[in-house]
Amino acid sequence: MARYATNEFRAGLKVLLEGDPCSILDNEFVKPGKGQAFNRVKFRNLKTGRVWERTFKSGESIEAADVMELSMEYLYGDGEFHHFMKTDGSYEQAAASAAAVAEALPWIKEQDVCQVTLWNDDPISVTAPNFVTLAVAETDPGVKGDTAAGGTKPATLSTGTVIRVPLFINVGDVLKIDTRSGEYVSRA
Amino acid sequence: MSPNDDWRPTCSVAALRARAGLLAEIRAFFAERDVMEVQVPTLGRTAVTEPQIESVRTAAGAFLQTSPEHYMKRLLAAGAPSIYQLGPVYRAGESGRLHRQEFTMLEWYRLGFDDQALMAEVSELIDRLLGPAAYERMTYESLVGTVEGEPSELDLAYAEAVAALGPVRCFVTDYPADQAALARVRGDGADSRAARFELIINGVEVANGYHELTDAAELRARMARDNQQRLDAGREPMAPDERLLAAMQAGLPDCAGVAIGVDRLAMLAAGASSLAEVMPFADL
Repeated sequence: MARYATNEFRAGLKVLLEGDPCSILDNEFVKPGKGQAFNRVKFRNLKTGRVWERTFKSGESIEAADVMELSMEYLYGDGEFHHFMKTDGSYEQAAASAAAVAEALPWIKEQDVCQVTLWNDDPISVTAPNFVTLAVAETDPGVKGDTAAGGTKPATLSTGTVIRVPLFINVGDVLKIDTRSGEYVSRA
Repeated sequence: MSPNDDWRPTCSVAALRARAGLLAEIRAFFAERDVMEVQVPTLGRTAVTEPQIESVRTAAGAFLQTSPEHYMKRLLAAGAPSIYQLGPVYRAGESGRLHRQEFTMLEWYRLGFDDQALMAEVSELIDRLLGPAAYERMTYESLVGTVEGEPSELDLAYAEAVAALGPVRCFVTDYPADQAALARVRGDGADSRAARFELIINGVEVANGYHELTDAAELRARMARDNQQRLDAGREPMAPDERLLAAMQAGLPDCAGVAIGVDRLAMLAAGASSLAEVMPFADL
């Protein structure tokens, strides 16, 4: 696998740090006038999402990570793995662990197209689309006429996720939801 | 910014105007003190031997100068009075928020001054350019916690201690003798310290000054040590500047000198956080 030297570090570069795939967030050149040059680098661990900071002597290098971000369609879960398929017509599939799919799972249904991060062709994280449409499986009966201002109530979506919705929403309504905030946007 | 916009300057016209004001103020400061402006070459036959500073080499084998120091000292040895230079210098491979490969350096030499007298003059100039403030004093040892250790570990500890100084103006003094560069060394053995100072403002190194070494034989020995460190690190040794050594042999008058990063000063004056915000173009 290729290696990258500190002068090639830039935001978005995928590298291996302590065995984990990471994405470089920030690379600051640090050098006392007469002294050795260093690079203070921030990484996001792509498996855990945690931010790491490390300092390197300028000129040191680290191994590149074979990381790809792809659009993939969610097919189904088999109880252990969640299966995704490439959208490039190749029908190639990849199986994501429960941990890799944990953040996306509350929001996605079959055929939704997600961003999948593959490390050595293995999915390590799955991001739901920014907006999804999901049906309401369970909620208190809608209050007629109350389409404008007013309170909210809990509603259970077809995925089992509970969100707050306006009072006029009924079981069976299909809702547009912003997965980044987890909030109701509108009826779809 | 779209790719088609990348011809644009990296700083605003307002920042350029402030920078022009700063340059004019610097020249006025030295005119009042009868310090003569000089313009020595930025291209020279030799490069510094400093182990951690790389010069840009031209296709013809000349070197863009990393500071005007050698030329200015040759002028002093030839009878020049106190002098200053305000112009570009070059450092290969240095690029970041606080570094550019080409930047503007203000360097001046005061005949008969020592490092203490020069620190006083530096603070007068800074007060004039950034407004008056108090100046703290710390020795290298009190800042870093030690003067001993593996050089790159010391450098990293120093860089982090400097950045952690926070919103103060602080002169750091009494550098380890092996970080003397071209400063004279005081004391003996483990107690020897370089007559060198730096001014740190808001965690940024702004100035580096010396009570200048005048002993040519000592300088030749330091250059040889520098080159040994270069070889040990797998880097090319640099031929000693024989003209500088000859000038010092002929007699460099007792003097103190200091270099200031003008772009960093402009950045601090503007309250900016990167050099690109106060330099018209920061391509490299």
